[in-house]
Amino acid sequence: MAEPAPGRRPMDLDRARTTRGTVHVIPERCKECGFCVGYCPEDVLAFSADSNAKGYHYPVLASGREDACVHCGFCNLICPELAIFTTELADDAGGTTS
Amino acid sequence: MSGSAPIIASTHPNDGLLRADRFPHILCPGCGIGTVIHCYVDAMAASGLALSDHACVSGIGCSGRAAGYVNVDSYHTTHGRALPFALGIAVYKPGMRVTVISGDGDLAAIGGNHLIHAARRNVDLTVICINNFNYGMTGGQAGPTSPRGSVASTAPEGVHDRPFVLPDLVRAAGASMVSRWTVLHVRQLRDAILRGMQKRGFCFIEALSPCPTNFGRANDLGDGMAEMEVYRERCELADGTPGYDALDIDLTDHTRPILVGDFLDIERTPYQPVGEHTA
Amino acid sequence: MTAQAAGQERVLTGTHFMLGDHACAEGALAAGLDFFGGYPITPSTEIAERLARRLPRVGGKFVQMEDELGSAVAIIGASAAGARSFTATSGPGFSLMMESIGLAAMMEIPIVIVDVQRASPSTGLPTMVGQSDALQARWGSHGDYGVAAYSPASPQECFDLTLLAFDVADRYRIPVLLMMDEVVAHMTERVVIPAADAIQRGQRPRPDHAPGATRHLPYAVGDTLVPPMAHAGEGYCVHMTGLTHDERGYPALNEATHNQLVNRLVDKVRLNAGEIERYEEYALEDAETVVVAFGCTSRSAREAVKRGRAAGRKCGLLRLVSLWPFPEARLRGLLERGRVQRFLVPEVNLGQMRREVERLTQLPVLRLNHAGGAMPTPEDILAVIP
Repeated sequence: MAEPAPGRRPMDLDRARTTRGTVHVIPERCKECGFCVGYCPEDVLAFSADSNAKGYHYPVLASGREDACVHCGFCNLICPELAIFTTELADDAGGTTS
Repeated sequence: MSGSAPIIASTHPNDGLLRADRFPHILCPGCGIGTVIHCYVDAMAASGLALSDHACVSGIGCSGRAAGYVNVDSYHTTHGRALPFALGIAVYKPGMRVTVISGDGDLAAIGGNHLIHAARRNVDLTVICINNFNYGMTGGQAGPTSPRGSVASTAPEGVHDRPFVLPDLVRAAGASMVSRWTVLHVRQLRDAILRGMQKRGFCFIEALSPCPTNFGRANDLGDGMAEMEVYRERCELADGTPGYDALDIDLTDHTRPILVGDFLDIERTPYQPVGEHTA
Repeated sequence: MTAQAAGQERVLTGTHFMLGDHACAEGALAAGLDFFGGYPITPSTEIAERLARRLPRVGGKFVQMEDELGSAVAIIGASAAGARSFTATSGPGFSLMMESIGLAAMMEIPIVIVDVQRASPSTGLPTMVGQSDALQARWGSHGDYGVAAYSPASPQECFDLTLLAFDVADRYRIPVLLMMDEVVAHMTERVVIPAADAIQRGQRPRPDHAPGATRHLPYAVGDTLVPPMAHAGEGYCVHMTGLTHDERGYPALNEATHNQLVNRLVDKVRLNAGEIERYEEYALEDAETVVVAFGCTSRSAREAVKRGRAAGRKCGLLRLVSLWPFPEARLRGLLERGRVQRFLVPEVNLGQMRREVERLTQLPVLRLNHAGGAMPTPEDILAVIP
C-alpha cells in the first residue's frame, strides 16, 4: 500500500486492517467486456488464455497478483453478467494487518 | 493474457434476486444495462424489504428487457408505457416500492409525455433511465438524447436535433430526486437507486451506458470499455443543480466535462389520490 | 344528510332517474371498482366526473391521466396489482387505447374500457351519436386476440352491463369493452340498483398454492384455458410481458409457442361464447323479417317491430346485447327454422354489424345506415320492413 502524503497520514493507520478477498468467477456467463479487468483497483485480474463455450476470455488472476484482492467488490458490482464476485478471506487464512 | 485460475463458481450470491435461469442475458458484450440491473438488485437487497414489496416495470428496447431478469413481480410493457403501468401499481398498492427501468428512447420519446406528467405529479416511483444515446434494440437509430453530431442509422450525416437533457427536464417537471451517474460509477448508482427506493416521490436516476454494438461503432467510440474510458476521463462531479447547457453531453468534444452527481433531493408531497374512506 | 345523499355508499341501492353515463359509473362502483384512470372526452366525461366525486369516498383511487394512452395502461397496471379497474373514453381516445387492449389481452390482465361512441371518423361530431366503433372493438388492436363487447340500450343496461363487463373481464382475464353510444349515454331514465348483497361478482381464477410453496407458473392453464392470476405484491414473483411467452411468463420467441398462445387467447372467448354472449329476442317466433340492432338503434327497431306487428307484418327483433361474441349460434338457429326471409340491420354507421349477418346467411340483408349525428326513427325502420 502506498504511503499517504505527509500530514495526511490517518491516525489509526497502524491498526488499520486491509481486507483480503478471494475471487470467484462463473466463466460461462462472461462476455469479455473487460470492465472487471480494466477497473480492478489492485490489478488482480487478467483475461484467461482459454475461452468459454461462447468464445469469450473470462477473468482469471493476473500473474503475481494472486493474493492481491482486497475484496472491494467493484468487479462484482460492475459486472453486467453477474459473472464475478469476491468473498472475504478470514484473517487466519491469509488476511494481514499493515 | 493469462494467469492462475480463480475459484470457479456456478452461481452468484445475488442469483436469488435474479431470474438466474435466464442468464446469460441477451445483452451485448460491453453493454452497461446488465450493470444497471446488478446495481438495482444490490439496492433492492440493501433496502431490507421483502422481494414481494418490490415491483419492476420496463418498457420496450434493450433496457426494457431489464424487468425480465429480476426476481420480483415484473412487467415488460409496451413501448413508452412503463410509467403509467407503474403508476397503476404504485397508486393501488402504495406500500410497494415500484421501480421503472427503461431506456432513453422509451421514457423520453414515445413515453415522454408520461415522463413529465409522472414527475409533475410526483408519483412514488424510482425511475432508472438507462441512456445509451440511441435505439439499440432496433439497430442504432437516433433518439431523443442522441448528442448533436452523433451518427445514427437514421442520421447518417449526424444528428441535427437538440437532445433532451433528462435530469434538467425531469427536475423542471417537478421530480423530488434527480441524479445522473454512469455505469462506471457503480457505487454511486447503486446508492442513488437505494435512496430512490427509500424516498417517497418521483426519483429519477439517469444511468449513462455504453452501447458498443450500435452507438459506439457508428461513432468510432470503440468497444464498451472504450466508452467507459470516456466516462472515466471526462466525468466531473457537479456542484448543485446544473442546467441544460452544463448537463448537455458532447461525446466528441474531449474538453467538455460530462457532469454527474446527485443534482436534486428535496421533500415534496408524493402523489396519492384521495382514496380513504371518509365515512 | 344521509350517507347515500353524501355519496358515501358504494352501491346506491334504490330506484333512480339517472343519466346513462352516471349509471355506467354506478355500475362500476357496484362491481367493486378500485381504480379509475381516465382522460376527459365528450360524450363520456360524465362518467369520469361522477367517479371523481364518488370513487375516493368509497376507498377507490381516481386518477386523471395525461392522455388515453396512459389511462389504458394505468388501469392495466392497477389490475396487475389486483384492482378492479376501468376507464371511459370516446372514439378518438378509444383509438389511442388500441395498443393497450392488445397488451391486456396478451398479458391476460382484466380491464374494462367504456367507449361512448360519437359520430366519427376523426373528431367527427363530438357531441352527436355514432355506432361506428363496433368493428374496431373487435379488431382494433393488431393481431388476433379475444375480447367481449357489450352494447347497452338504456341507462339501466349501462348499469347492468358494466357490472357484467367486470365479471367477464375477471373470469376470463380479457379486455371487456362497453360500447355505449352518445344517445344512451345522455339519456336519463329509470335505473334500479339492487341491494349490495344481491350483486354476485365474478372472480378471477387465483393460484391454489401459497406463494413460495412451489414455483408459480403465471401462464400454466388447465381445462378452462384461463390461468390463475397472481397479483403484484403477493409474493408469487410473476413476470408478464407483451412478448410471446411460455408458461413461466418468459419470452419464448418461436412460432410454436406463439401459435399455441394466440390460439388460446382467442379460444378463451370462442369456446366460452355461450357464457359470454348476450342477446334479447322480441317477436321472433314466426318472423320473416328479422331486425338485428344494438344500442340506441335497437330502441327504434323495437318500436318499429311493434308497429309492424300491429300492421300485420311478420317481423321481429334480435337485439345484440353483446356485439362480441356475436350471437352466431342464435342466428344460425333462426335460419334453421326456415321462416326467415330477410334481415334488416339498421345502425349508425355504414354497415359494420351488417357484415356479420351477411357472413352467416345467404338471405338478403337489408340496410338502413346513417354515418352519424342522427339515429334512425321507428318510422325510418318501419319503412324498410316489408
